[in-house]
Amino acid sequence: MDPDPNKPEELPSNSANNSHGSTHPPSPFPDEVIEKVLSYINSHKDRSSFSLVRKDWYNAERWSRSRLFIGNCYSVTPEIVARRFPRIKSVTLKGKPRFSDFNMLDWGANVHSWLVMFAKVYPFLEELRLKRMTVSDESLELLAKSFPSFKALSLSSCDGFSDSGLKAVASHCRNLTELDIQDSISEDISGTWLSSFPENFATLEVLNFASLNSEISFDALERLVSRCKSLRVLKVNESITLDQLQRLLVLAPQLVELGTGSFLQELTPRQYEDIESAFSNCTSLRVLSGLWEATSLYLPLLYGACFGLTFLNLSDVALQSGEFAKLPVHCPNLRRLWVIDTVEDKGLEAIGSSCPLLEELRVFPANPYELDPRLGVTERGFLAVSQGCRKLRYVLYFCRRMTNAAVITIVQNCPNFTHFRLCIMNPHQPDHLTNEPMDEAFGAVVKTCHKLQRLSVSGLLTDLTFEYIGKYAKNLETLSVAFAGSSDWGMQCVLDGSPKLRKLEIRDCPFGNTALLFGHGKYEMMRSLWMSACNVTIKGCTILAKEMPRLNVEVIKDEDSDDNQADKVYVYRTVAGPRQDAPPFVLTL
Amino acid sequence: MSLNNQLESEYSGSLKTELTLGLPGGAQAPKSAVKRGFSDTVDLNLYTNSEDEVNVATHTQPPPAKGQVVGWPPVRSYMKKKMMTVNCKYVKVAVDGAPYLRKLDLQIYTSYKELLVAFQNMFTCLTICNVIANESKIVDISNGTEYLPAYEDKDGDWMLVGDVPWNMFVESCKRLRLIKSCEKLKLMKSSASLETSSSTSC
Repeated sequence: MDPDPNKPEELPSNSANNSHGSTHPPSPFPDEVIEKVLSYINSHKDRSSFSLVRKDWYNAERWSRSRLFIGNCYSVTPEIVARRFPRIKSVTLKGKPRFSDFNMLDWGANVHSWLVMFAKVYPFLEELRLKRMTVSDESLELLAKSFPSFKALSLSSCDGFSDSGLKAVASHCRNLTELDIQDSISEDISGTWLSSFPENFATLEVLNFASLNSEISFDALERLVSRCKSLRVLKVNESITLDQLQRLLVLAPQLVELGTGSFLQELTPRQYEDIESAFSNCTSLRVLSGLWEATSLYLPLLYGACFGLTFLNLSDVALQSGEFAKLPVHCPNLRRLWVIDTVEDKGLEAIGSSCPLLEELRVFPANPYELDPRLGVTERGFLAVSQGCRKLRYVLYFCRRMTNAAVITIVQNCPNFTHFRLCIMNPHQPDHLTNEPMDEAFGAVVKTCHKLQRLSVSGLLTDLTFEYIGKYAKNLETLSVAFAGSSDWGMQCVLDGSPKLRKLEIRDCPFGNTALLFGHGKYEMMRSLWMSACNVTIKGCTILAKEMPRLNVEVIKDEDSDDNQADKVYVYRTVAGPRQDAPPFVLTL
Repeated sequence: MSLNNQLESEYSGSLKTELTLGLPGGAQAPKSAVKRGFSDTVDLNLYTNSEDEVNVATHTQPPPAKGQVVGWPPVRSYMKKKMMTVNCKYVKVAVDGAPYLRKLDLQIYTSYKELLVAFQNMFTCLTICNVIANESKIVDISNGTEYLPAYEDKDGDWMLVGDVPWNMFVESCKRLRLIKSCEKLKLMKSSASLETSSSTSC
């Protein structure tokens, strides 16, 4: 069992007495030894296991834990956390369920009540990392003013904040080393926050504002970069031009990670040379992203910096296959590559030929709503990469056609997949050569890839796929399913097998109450279950909620669905009870 | 009592929701011979919530049926916004009196004529009436209301569609609006962004 680290577990000691009671055997180790051992244990899962052994170990662990990880902000309350862990310096909090990301629910996961508690009990907080949470300006202002030692703020796929919140952070966090905003969903942030860093502020090491769409003062940025000698990560937004970028690179040749701004600008030969040499001087550069609107005319500017690159993120620039195909040969050390499917199979073949060390490939669709199978990439490109890149272990592949045979070959070439996320974009799409379901493809994946932790399935799939998954995917932790399966049996196979399953997200599948209720014992061992557009009803959910008081069962109904239909169901384990901040469209059963 | 027994006792007979393997939301309804009035069009559950999810590409040739499903493919909102600007130029299309917006990819069309046909396909109650050689009007035949296509350009000014060469139009158009003819004067006076007009009929 993988216990939630924040659950106040039933303590194994057989007495509620103090730890020196006569029925409680003395600790085999003195406290100093326990503390020393604990100082080497950093994973929260390991610390959790440690804390379950004995009451005094539980206490030693809770006093020495400094990093907090909460995978579901509703699984526990700030009060419970504060009571158990008195000395936290770093917090990671995740909020909304992933499938809600694709449909913009205004659902909750507001960080404010957490910050209020942290301000009270963790005045020495240094780091806050949030994912899929709502963060208001008020919250950022509270953060900025409450933690004098605050160092690192990371907001990934968060929303709710604007310029004034960021201004507060910039102005008041005197020791800030990291401001990392990824995939922000904020619409209209003006750019004045960047100018709010004090003139003598120089501690920044990480600055990422690539996803904030606003003009910032280049002047302020330039001064900031020149002051911050330890800057190693700089990701600017599209408003920064090429020649501005050149000036920044001259000031910060020590950069390890760079996100460029717009890569389209008419350049004089002199400017071109200057930029080329600026890139060549960045000898520590390992990660490159941005490159908005880059074309084959400007990509060669990068060549001087490509040799050492380990991660190239081209998901912001739709390169055509011809333009892109010349690039991989300059990047022999690439481990991770993200591209848009405009590079087509030909581009992927170039990767297969030139990047033998590649471990991760993500191919995003340029136009996700276009169903024409001639667009984008196919099984050919995936095959080509698998042939040349035998170390591949992470793939996210959006395509419009695939075959069982290709996938079988791919996993034979690359048996070390830990993350296999295949998205055949047309729902229910069969093998395009044989017209059969894609069951054998995913069967091969789970049979061959013993280390598989994360799997997303797609295409026409019957219950057989899920039989395979339940039977073979022994290390699977996250499973995403859409438009698949034939009956409840499919979901039951997964719930019955897959002992390490933590997150299950399902949409548009013919799974109903029988399957939902079959897993009732399992859900407490998991972080969460998401089911939308399936055959689950409110009655079924109510039964589940009644039987399992330590699960929250939340239902969101669509506007025009019939009364008993549970259109979106989110089930998660919690020690916090039903949440108090659910918006009116969320029914907590 | 086991959970499954409980379940059965809750149901007298099987209340299973009808299983559909078809795409939720469905493909676009074929154009019927009888054109509906605008208010009827509004009631149709055309794809999903009115906001950014909607994407109808219409061509002068009959398009492949594009079933648009909510939140699918699973491209994050942020990634989607990035994708939208790649190789396409989506603009919002508003119609006076309608409570929701649609979106068009201007790059699919090569002329104003095609754009008008797109409006006709998108709002199935509207028809193009060629009144004079250069001036095409869009009319809701159920009640005779005339609409003029207008657009907001890069400078924030509202202009009538058709005044500038097509490519220039695509380049500068930020969003489109089908305004009722009688509202035209009001529109031209204020070049500030237009509020959704009230349903005063003309």
